[in-house]
Amino acid sequence: MNNTPSPPPASDAPRRTIDIVNASLKRRYARERRFRRLGAFAVALGLSFVVLLFTDIVSKGYTAFAQTYIQLPLNLSAEVIDPSGSREPATLAAANYTKLIRDALRQQFPDLTERQALRRLYALVSVGAGDLVREQVLAEPALIGTTPELWVLADDDIDMLVKGNIDRTAAPEDRRVSDETIGWVTQLEQQGRVAKRFNTIFLTHGTSREPELAGIAGALMGSFYTLLLTLLLSFPIGVGAALYLEEFAPKNRWTDLIEVNINNLAAVPSIVFGLLGLAVFIGFFGIPRSTPLVAALVMTIMTLPTIIIASRVALKSVPPSIREAALGVGASALQTQFHHVLPLALPGMLTGAIIGMARALGESAPLLMIGMIAFIVDIPSGFTDSATVLPVQIFLWADSPERAFVERTSAAIIVLLAFLFLMNLAAVLLRRKFERRW
Amino acid sequence: MHTWTLILLLLAVMALAYHLGMKRAITRVGGLKQINHLHSLPAYYGVYAALWAGIPALLLLGLWLGFQDHFITALVTAQLPPDLVAAQSAGQIDLILNDIKNLATGNIVSATVTPEIQAAATQFARFEELSTQAQWLAVLALALGGASFAWSRTEPQMRARNRVESVFLVIMVIFSSLAILTTLGIVLSVLFESLRFFELVSPLEFFFGTNWSPQIALRADQVGATGAFGAIPLFTGTLMVSLIAMVVAVPIGLMSAIYLSEYASRSVRAIAKPIIEVLAGIPTVVYGFFAALTVAPVIRELGAAVGLEVASESALAAGLVMGVMIIPFISSLADDVINAVPQALRDGSYALGATQSETIRLVVIPAALPGIVGGILLAVSRAIGETMIVVMAAGMAANLTANPLDSVTTVTVQIVTLLTGDQEFDSAKTLAAFALGLTLFVVTLALNVLALSIVRKYREQYE
Repeated sequence: MNNTPSPPPASDAPRRTIDIVNASLKRRYARERRFRRLGAFAVALGLSFVVLLFTDIVSKGYTAFAQTYIQLPLNLSAEVIDPSGSREPATLAAANYTKLIRDALRQQFPDLTERQALRRLYALVSVGAGDLVREQVLAEPALIGTTPELWVLADDDIDMLVKGNIDRTAAPEDRRVSDETIGWVTQLEQQGRVAKRFNTIFLTHGTSREPELAGIAGALMGSFYTLLLTLLLSFPIGVGAALYLEEFAPKNRWTDLIEVNINNLAAVPSIVFGLLGLAVFIGFFGIPRSTPLVAALVMTIMTLPTIIIASRVALKSVPPSIREAALGVGASALQTQFHHVLPLALPGMLTGAIIGMARALGESAPLLMIGMIAFIVDIPSGFTDSATVLPVQIFLWADSPERAFVERTSAAIIVLLAFLFLMNLAAVLLRRKFERRW
Repeated sequence: MHTWTLILLLLAVMALAYHLGMKRAITRVGGLKQINHLHSLPAYYGVYAALWAGIPALLLLGLWLGFQDHFITALVTAQLPPDLVAAQSAGQIDLILNDIKNLATGNIVSATVTPEIQAAATQFARFEELSTQAQWLAVLALALGGASFAWSRTEPQMRARNRVESVFLVIMVIFSSLAILTTLGIVLSVLFESLRFFELVSPLEFFFGTNWSPQIALRADQVGATGAFGAIPLFTGTLMVSLIAMVVAVPIGLMSAIYLSEYASRSVRAIAKPIIEVLAGIPTVVYGFFAALTVAPVIRELGAAVGLEVASESALAAGLVMGVMIIPFISSLADDVINAVPQALRDGSYALGATQSETIRLVVIPAALPGIVGGILLAVSRAIGETMIVVMAAGMAANLTANPLDSVTTVTVQIVTLLTGDQEFDSAKTLAAFALGLTLFVVTLALNVLALSIVRKYREQYE
């Protein structure tokens, strides 16, 4: 070897190669162990990054699935809510539920009279609490005329305080919540009026400026419509292209060009596809921005290379004997493909499609370009409604300054990762179930 | 929703055509008993009819939807009163048109509504309604016409299968040419906008200028009235973040690939390899969040502890996290090429008495080097084009600095920043994003072509 050690101290015996080797062995073995340990360390480092990432996200986000509520006896008297007694939804909806909540809050702290203090007291509950009570009353008109103990949504600062994310012992100027408010919350807690309940708002509402009212339903539906259309467009196109390139295409310059193109497109930065979408789909064709339609078109172009490459691999794995047998009994070239080769290659193609869809689900950079970052509260109900998608929602929330959005962002990430996990699991199971050795 | 109904209706017509075509073929040949006298299977006659019903109508619909907006806008513009159009720049006319469209669809408008604009909006809405009605009529008429044409042509001797198959073949050729169209679309769209940008700003200033502050003056006497479009700080910022990422990813990725392919037992490999590859499947927005909210504060505190001043959006945080993201790319590519090195080379080395690590360092790695270099180049192009991590964790300010603790900005960050605000389409600011995009596309394309050719050459060597 070229790292021969320096010769041992001169002696009268002639130097033999084996002596040189033996003398260097110890050092070489030590080096071997070091190298090996270095490799193991690299693997451990890689694994620990995975663990670190997941524990960080989960530990930040799991608390968002619970939300603080304050139990208040709301006086839902018929005179206030439904003076005419008709129980018409329009009348019920028009009543001032925020005032009812404020009255109930004041009852809890009867010695407060100063206006400024009262305003601070009212800030204990969310600005959207009244709307939620309205929904509850509309769903259950029998509540009218009673004074039920209802759970009222708390403000995000109170939520953070109850969850311990705001340190009660910190200096007052370092925290967002005043001593006075902490006193009120403590008093309510001692009466058992403060509790954390499962956060259904997070899963059923669209986004909002108020953390406690913000949910991922809108983004989820946007992602769903986008992915559905992407799949409908990219799967047939990808399979058709793969079929042609693998089975029919003559070997010439044109097909060579196509192949080089597909390989290169697979490695083009995703943001460039966003520029393409902005200039061509929105600028030239006039497709409305921020819609699942335009997002799906961009995603289709982006995932096509993945699907084509996976489909070609699947086609390659079908043995030629199948084709020859079909051709031998008189099937046409297309019949051979569609009746015999394609069904056998389909599981592999579907696996590729699922992986492509998983990538599309997590992709956000090109969607920033085509207006998916608009602030959209409504839950989209079609391909041409304004919408956002889950990863972009995460991006938007991550930018928000409120402390409560940190845990909501993490929770949205958990949901996103769960979907990705399910999709990849489906791909693995599919591959395992249909994998055939010929 | 209108268009979707039409498409559903079209599908129904196609199904009907399929059914009728099949029936027709069977009756023409004289019932099911004579079916062997048909040239093709009956279903092919059905498909033939369905294709005649569907394809022309769908093409028409596509064209109509693509050009309806342009057409109506042109019509309405032509009818705008001349005094409204005169002495207005193209951008202002666009604004007026926008208002008209918003008014027609019942949205909020930016300017006060004058009677002329109101009239134009009514006109616009009327044209749109007319166009939709005409579209329904034309598309459905074409579908029915196509179906009846196919119906009239259905003869027992007609080579329905061959015709259907040739249509399918043409469709497949079109599908596979989409890849070329996409590339062409990218190049043309980005190129044209870039050329317009280079009319406003000289390429020399763009590629070699060291001052980046892309703003347009609102008033002529404003401070810093002229924007500066020197992209050097962006290029150096991109390079620095990518370099940090590669410093993290290359050693870890390479060493773990070596360990997993040469040392690890089968079971360790079966567990560790997929787990590391999980890193490649995590959306980049998650890495961005992790970088901005977890890594950056830790680095800032560490820096403060040793008395270093670290920017809150340091290049280091973004680069480190990007490096973590790239680890699996390098490790799986290196794994592939290391496995492709013939066992005979290792055996030869062992036979000469080399230890395993000596074999790896002096035989396997040099033999796999082209493949590894190709993989690293691919990873570099990935790092340069990565967007979300840097948008969330790197800064906006274009600093020309070599200090990784400073805040830097990158090409992708600037593209996003320039294009996500409310910008008009023609300003130098928006166009600059396309020039940056062109640069990004060309650089990554060159890296990819280079890397792929290296990898391919290497593969041929051992096959």
